[in-house]
Amino acid sequence: MSMKYTTRQVDGVTILDLSGRITLGDGSVTLRDAVKDVLTKGSKSILLNLENVDYIDSSGLGELVSAFTTVKNQGGELKLLHLTTKVHDLLQITKLYTVFDIKDDEASAIGSFAA
Amino acid sequence: MAEGTTSRASLTLESTIASVNVVEEAALEYARAAGFSPDIASHLSMVAGEAAANAVIHGNKQDSAKRITATFEIAGPALKITIADQGAGLDPDTIPDPLAPENLLRSSGRGVFLMRAFMDEVNFRKLNPGTEITLVKRRT
Repeated sequence: MSMKYTTRQVDGVTILDLSGRITLGDGSVTLRDAVKDVLTKGSKSILLNLENVDYIDSSGLGELVSAFTTVKNQGGELKLLHLTTKVHDLLQITKLYTVFDIKDDEASAIGSFAA
Repeated sequence: MAEGTTSRASLTLESTIASVNVVEEAALEYARAAGFSPDIASHLSMVAGEAAANAVIHGNKQDSAKRITATFEIAGPALKITIADQGAGLDPDTIPDPLAPENLLRSSGRGVFLMRAFMDEVNFRKLNPGTEITLVKRRT
């Protein structure tokens, strides 16, 4: 199952609820296009909800990093919400845990974005 | 599978992204058959996919005339996965450390690191032409 997503707006923050696999090929491209689409529409506060992402590889990790730097370079913020244990472990061993702002609670995550 | 039983299979695949998925699925199947837990089987599938992706993209450069081979072998408590390409060859010592601060924000270069993180052994062998990566994981 490749990656799928839905988009929500809450208090000026665009939340992408991702599900499936962020992997080489379709999953990574879908994430890239989703973030690009959000930026094109003018939103620069992006929260990626990874609660239902059950599989990610190095290509997917790279795509998360690319999304983070793309949003940051445009003056925005991209944060991660609800990591599964597997994704958490991957971010830990690759030290990407130190790069991303990672949240466990949606309400506080939304409140943490700059107004 | 009974302890000590040996099972071996080999796949020859085109240099496409679809082949990476085939290797991942085969690795998952063999990891389960070898008796690894679902979490470890998932890691084994992922790192086999990383090796296959390297072979397809960096080794064979998705050249339709070149093939990758993937071999899976269960021997006692160990699963050995071997992935070979027909490319120009890879020197693993030249791969930048993805944990170095200057590399943390790179969008690529974590595949071999993940192989080493999750496997008990990762060995590279130069072929003529190509590179062979052998991944070994033992049940504890």
